[in-house]
Amino acid sequence: MSRHSKMLLVALAVIVIAGLIIIPMNFNRYGLYILSQWAVMTIAAMGLNLTLGYAGQVSLAQGAFVGIGAYGAAILTTHGWPLISALGLVIVVCFIVGWLLGYPALRVQHHYLAFVTLAFSTLAFLVFRNESWLTNGIYGLSNIPRPEIFGFPTRKPLPFYYLCLGSLGLVTLAMWWLIRSPWGRAFMALRENPIRAQSLGIDTRRYTLMAFAIGSVLGGIAGVLYAPLTQYVDPVPFNLQLSLDLLMMVIVGGSGFMFGPFLGAMIAVLLPEWLRFAEGYYLMLYAAAVIVLLIYSPSGILGILDRYLSSRRTQAASALRAAAQSKLEAAR
Amino acid sequence: MTAVLDVRDVKKSFGGITAVNGVSFDVQEGEILGLIGPNGCGKSTLFNCILGQLVPSAGEVRVDGKLVTGQRPSDLNRLGVSRTFQLLQVFPKLSVRDNLILAGQEHRGSMLSRLFGPSDAGLTTTADQMIGFFKLEHLANEPAGGLSYGQQKLLDAAMAFMGGPRLVLLDEPAGGVNPTMLGDLKERLIAINRERRATFVVIEHNMEFVMSRVMVMAEGKVLAIGKPDEIRANPAVIEAYLGH
Repeated sequence: MSRHSKMLLVALAVIVIAGLIIIPMNFNRYGLYILSQWAVMTIAAMGLNLTLGYAGQVSLAQGAFVGIGAYGAAILTTHGWPLISALGLVIVVCFIVGWLLGYPALRVQHHYLAFVTLAFSTLAFLVFRNESWLTNGIYGLSNIPRPEIFGFPTRKPLPFYYLCLGSLGLVTLAMWWLIRSPWGRAFMALRENPIRAQSLGIDTRRYTLMAFAIGSVLGGIAGVLYAPLTQYVDPVPFNLQLSLDLLMMVIVGGSGFMFGPFLGAMIAVLLPEWLRFAEGYYLMLYAAAVIVLLIYSPSGILGILDRYLSSRRTQAASALRAAAQSKLEAAR
Repeated sequence: MTAVLDVRDVKKSFGGITAVNGVSFDVQEGEILGLIGPNGCGKSTLFNCILGQLVPSAGEVRVDGKLVTGQRPSDLNRLGVSRTFQLLQVFPKLSVRDNLILAGQEHRGSMLSRLFGPSDAGLTTTADQMIGFFKLEHLANEPAGGLSYGQQKLLDAAMAFMGGPRLVLLDEPAGGVNPTMLGDLKERLIAINRERRATFVVIEHNMEFVMSRVMVMAEGKVLAIGKPDEIRANPAVIEAYLGH
């Protein structure tokens, strides 16, 4: 990437971050709630993007991990635990459960793996709904407190939105670092050609399990933020539909692209709000928009940009080759 | 002297079909052993049994005297056994340099240390040397998927050497490569064989490909093993290839 392109990207990032900080200051409660939800769902979708987009392992269980995180935070914080401690415990639990869920991926792939993870998702939902002694069943858990961060209360919508945005920022940095590390390269090798990856010394078993574990942890972190955001959790939001929504966010945004989940979550969370003027037709419009997008670009929104940049690179390389050829002929 | 590769009575059956039937041979350090035979004679199955892609039904495989039968390919690679495939197996979306870094990174430290270490696992210089060695300098930053078939074959071969292997198994390295590119590839492989004392086992029908010895397989068994000239003159080999 040229220096000019890097500068442009940095400038764009600064503008977007400044916009995300400043513009919502004028938003009402509902606007801030929707934006916070976008930040939370982006974190969960980033986890699925790691498992599916980078490491190539299909999962329909991401919604269950958001549920584990949300219930973990709800149960612990209503019993007096600080949110940060609840977060620590949720991370450990989701890592272990995600690691264990990865084992079937060592034996089955594609739609078979999708069914295994779907079964886990159903199992988690049944636990949330039926184990009333822990989750209060269909009545759910309410009065979930919002935390104080370094002495600053986040009870009001704007501070809580900043907490969600800050968490998204930290998760994004961690993911960027992970994807650029040798692990990121190994995840991509696992997705593109596991047999060749093995022959290069890549322990595909460990990387598969790690992709599931880390992806699940991000789902759990999203859940930990979800509980104090809604201040009430019940089983319904964590059924299979959430896993399918998260899958759609990853695919629509651009699977295997760092910022795909940002766009995907924006479309899944914000587009229905923008289409409310269409009243009863909004879901139909929304579905049609998604279908058209995926027909035009199966690799999602960022896939369109990637194709455009690739074609520009190819054109530039062809022009260079042609120029070099004509110079060579002139010299002869 | 201990053989770099020692294969004893390896068998591999798939249901009622025995693809490899009691094959034994060894390869000494610095040797280039050619492995030839008619299609379906079990060459690739034997390769896969040696390299852990398949678990042999019977028999033993030793590398530098260490029993490695049935070990996973990734463990074998870290022991210094590398390979190329008959069909191209580069990572098309990664650049040429990143393909090479990927090919070497698992030989650097532990999994955890790689996570917290430099993003290139400290391999950019080594990768660039390998790029220079295989004459791919002008393509270092190009996505591997954009290279010509011959260039991808060179990259595929270069990747096999990033981990500094003792033993490399090459599956039809000359297949589909134009004569100029093939010359380059042969030259590079000979240089690595001489300079680094790397040992090769090569599945290759083209006997002009430099080989110290040749082993011929037919119907899952070793038909003959010897110098290339002896093999060319062997009536059993001629019969196996041309029929009665």
